[in-house]
Amino acid sequence: MPNSDAHIVRSYSDELQNISALVAKMGGLAETILTDAMTALVKRDADLSTQAIQADKRVDNLDAEIEYQVVRMLALRQPMAVDLRSIISALKIAQSLERIADHAKNGAKRALVINQSPPMDATRGIVRLSDVAREMLRSVLDAYVNSDAEGAVKVRDRDEDLDVLYDGYFRECLTYMMEDNRNITAATHLLFIAKNIERIGDHCTNIAENVYYMQTGERLSTARPKGEDAMGLKAE
Amino acid sequence: MLDSETNSATIADPKVVCRDVSVSYSGKQALFDIDLDIGSHQVTSLIGPSGCGKSTFLRCMNRMNDVIDGCVVTGSISVDGVEILDDEIDAVQLRRRVGMVFQKPNPFPKSIYDNIAYGPRIHGLVRGKDELDEVVQTSLERAGLWEEVKDRLLQPGTGLSGGQQQRLCIARAIAVRPDVILMDEPCSALDPIATARVEELIDELKRSYSIVIVTHSMQQAARVSQRTAFFHLGIVVEVGETEQIFTNPRDERTQGYITGRYG
Ligand SMILES: Nc1ncnc2c1ncn2[C@@H]1O[C@H](COP(=O)(O)OP(=O)(O)O)[C@@H](O)[C@H]1O
Ligand SMILES: [Mg+2]
Repeated sequence: MPNSDAHIVRSYSDELQNISALVAKMGGLAETILTDAMTALVKRDADLSTQAIQADKRVDNLDAEIEYQVVRMLALRQPMAVDLRSIISALKIAQSLERIADHAKNGAKRALVINQSPPMDATRGIVRLSDVAREMLRSVLDAYVNSDAEGAVKVRDRDEDLDVLYDGYFRECLTYMMEDNRNITAATHLLFIAKNIERIGDHCTNIAENVYYMQTGERLSTARPKGEDAMGLKAE
Repeated sequence: MLDSETNSATIADPKVVCRDVSVSYSGKQALFDIDLDIGSHQVTSLIGPSGCGKSTFLRCMNRMNDVIDGCVVTGSISVDGVEILDDEIDAVQLRRRVGMVFQKPNPFPKSIYDNIAYGPRIHGLVRGKDELDEVVQTSLERAGLWEEVKDRLLQPGTGLSGGQQQRLCIARAIAVRPDVILMDEPCSALDPIATARVEELIDELKRSYSIVIVTHSMQQAARVSQRTAFFHLGIVVEVGETEQIFTNPRDERTQGYITGRYG
């Protein structure tokens, strides 16, 4: 947990740890939703899709709970220095996790639709993207829990790989559509899922920047390299 | 001594420059080689655990330690370039230029008017009653007290509420047109509203004076000051812009103190 050195007022430390624990729990849930959504897509498992869609509500509830706790602590504890940074970071990270879970849930919904159509090879390509995104999510949560600023920097640097994969996958889907126009519906949904995953990578990057700030008090410089963009469409 | 990597003890255009200031009481050292600059037209807050030497340091700047038996101050303190630890310096004159407001409001047992008029009179800063009246009025106005007391100037200052008494003491301090105002926990005996009024006043006064405030309330330091120095065991551990000290202190000890952790 970040900065668990004891405060003189023990309940203050307990509250800070409680917020960190809620964020970690939320992150774990978001990760599960992403994994389930992708498994549901690949295995054509409607029940798992539904499960992932429903789990998103728990993420929303945790987000609300964290916001409540943060407001309460700001009012009652008047946190300073690393405590202030941790509390603000928790709020922002929770927002990112809420978005991540939402994107993953959207993937689960689309999986239900895609799985009405015959299986497509393009489905497998998306696993490569989601593996990178999930790895980023897991690493950034580890960095959060372990207060590891260096780990956070590494996560951020992986976002570029995801952008490159996304551009490649975009081309792949277009190829499927051109090959056979009966693929268009499913391939379009897959493209949206890919876009969602690419956004998840961006949110992981935001979380990484928050972890870094929480730990060091410094902002990570925002300039980071963007890959070549084969489609003339920026993966932003 | 400060580690220059993590501290900005020196600033451009300082009002007060303190170097190697050490203080001992009957041979027991309380402050160790303090280097600190006090800026013009800003508020510098001194924070740190009880007994770390904040009040001792504050008293150095107007030589109030002179009156304490066994207290020895060494080093150099200059105000506007003039060395004040010099024996030649007239402490009474110095205290006009470097005023002080204490923790407990301590109005003289005289009328409100005389509380303010006393300093300008003994320092010969005014000629005639009209001028004195004017100094009394402007000082009370600047202290935000005029409206509340203008109809009872001849009543005793001790009859005012605690918050009013403290503002009276501030009015008394500014009546002699000082350059620097030292405040030692000026709000610790006041309720939140009276505290807010004094803080508002401090904010107002910093346009004209250099203010140094010792406070136990970190929130107060954060609210009123532009620079903050953290004292610990007789040394300045860290000094910097208030915002930096409270959002991103460089030293573990500062962090431990301001976040309320065991250090
Ligand atoms: N008049 C005095 N006589 C002897 N020792 C004193 C006197 N004033 C302060 N001290 C000692 O000097 C140290 C610093 O005290 P002080 O400046 O009052 O600290 P602070 O204002 O930070 O609480 C303490 O150890 C205190 O006991
Ligand atoms: Mg003191």
